[in-house]
Amino acid sequence: MDLNDLYRDVILDHNRRPRNFGGLEPADASAEGFNAMCGDRLTLRLQMADGKIGEIRFEGQGCAISTASASLMTEAVKGKTTAQALLLFDRVHALLTEDAGAGLPGAAHAGAGLPGADEELGKLAALSGVKQYPARVKCASLCWHTLASALQLAAAGTAAAPPIVSTE
Amino acid sequence: MKNVALAQDTPRFDVEAVRRQFPILARSVHGKPLSYLDNAASSQRPSMVIGAVDEYERQHHANIHRGVHTLSQEATALYEGARDRLARFINARSRAEVIFVRGTTEGINLVAQSFARSTLKAGDEVLITHLEHHSNIVPWQMVCEQTGAKLVVAPIDSRGVVQYETVTALMTARTKIFACAHVSNALGTVLPVRRLVAAAKSRGIVTLLDGAQAVAHMPVDVQELGCDFYAFSSHKMFGPTGVGILYGREQLLERMPPWQGGGEMILAVRFDKTTYNGLPNKFEAGTPNISGGIGLGAAVDFIMDLDRAAAHAHESALLDYATRTLSAIPGLAIIGTSPEKASLVSFTVEGVHPHDLGTILDEDGVAVRTGHHCAMPVMDYFKVPATARASFAIYNTFEEIDRLAAGIERARKIFS
Repeated sequence: MDLNDLYRDVILDHNRRPRNFGGLEPADASAEGFNAMCGDRLTLRLQMADGKIGEIRFEGQGCAISTASASLMTEAVKGKTTAQALLLFDRVHALLTEDAGAGLPGAAHAGAGLPGADEELGKLAALSGVKQYPARVKCASLCWHTLASALQLAAAGTAAAPPIVSTE
Repeated sequence: MKNVALAQDTPRFDVEAVRRQFPILARSVHGKPLSYLDNAASSQRPSMVIGAVDEYERQHHANIHRGVHTLSQEATALYEGARDRLARFINARSRAEVIFVRGTTEGINLVAQSFARSTLKAGDEVLITHLEHHSNIVPWQMVCEQTGAKLVVAPIDSRGVVQYETVTALMTARTKIFACAHVSNALGTVLPVRRLVAAAKSRGIVTLLDGAQAVAHMPVDVQELGCDFYAFSSHKMFGPTGVGILYGREQLLERMPPWQGGGEMILAVRFDKTTYNGLPNKFEAGTPNISGGIGLGAAVDFIMDLDRAAAHAHESALLDYATRTLSAIPGLAIIGTSPEKASLVSFTVEGVHPHDLGTILDEDGVAVRTGHHCAMPVMDYFKVPATARASFAIYNTFEEIDRLAAGIERARKIFS
């Protein structure tokens, strides 16, 4: 294991200067994520435009992995449809948990084969070091679980009563 | 050289001899020697405990009580022998006052569901403090919901100190139960329990002490403390997991209804009436953790064999050294600065989240706990989401604290 592989420059940079950090009013949907193990909390708010994620912002407190992952995620999903964003979740989930080949069967959400399946992970690939640290996978995936929940709310057309998403 | 100076403060305590009794301390983690600084979560086991459990499993296992065959009698003698040692260990008046439970948590739940549930009425109050472990909060919340009683929380101050006057001011005619930690798991604060118990007693309030963090670090004499109940866990005092003790004053235990029904806790069962067993078995339904109880008995022997004054001096020296060493690190803030403190240091480092720190320290073989330590109200009070906690035991060394400090510096560099 190599700490430099976990705390890559991209991760450290996004932890130090998280992108899309802050509130968003009005939001079409929001969700709160909570990692009971370490107390990480994040609130995700998004606006939809033409069936795509128009604006997305997050706030909260968490470790470097959770903050950087959320920051990278907001950049990556902006402008994507719900299906594309969930597909990316699959690929990130695979990146965090599988030995090789992100996006292979066994991913978190059904959606393989949808348009955009070969979407590049881009900067998200910086999270690949996390899989050597099983105790930290939840830190990186918390924001994605929270996003899935917010997108579900957006699809249902309700922004009320945001649920608390847990990685437990 | 600073180590040498400190080591001379405790000349009688041979830490290397103690370490040799703990096989796990010889292992390495990520190619580095293990520095196990997570003793408040669970301590390691000496060979004496491992050997006692092994011997039982190989030679004596059978279900205890009522067996006429040899193995059952041997197992019973070992298990009940452990109870006798535990009674002496905490200076209980009799073995009837020593109830085997799964751990501190179960002990507190037993008191909440048997004693409190059968005695509390709407409008009564249960008094606890702000620094309690969730295990000494939630069982009371549950019984308050069931009975209509109210949970009252005594505040702490900015050092994490529970002030005697602050607590006693909240002891009123409505207060029926006072429960608090002997030592805080998140802050290390040693509470003024003897005085608090005396104050409660003089007002007719029943008292429970959560001794989970105390028993491995200081002599506990329940008669001297004067408390009605005292709960602690085996695995934080060098014994196996899954077993612990609830001490209860016999007079109260006699009056309390059983908590769980089943085998062992009965004398006679007919469909129209069951006669309960006497103490302590009345509260021990079902086949217990026999090997765990025997291991705990061995852990008591281990502790009693120590020069406890020297061991305590060693732990105090570790705490002093850790406090000085960590305080010198820029951006490091120690959470919990009570003048009366057990050997643990909870802290935050500016710019480094505790969770990241924990991962980085682990790479250096240094095991600390990071998170809320099951004391979320404490984290809320200090307005931190989490802390890192280094907690020491008799086998820890000054060198391990140096490794901890070096790891923290490394983490600061990564996040600078």
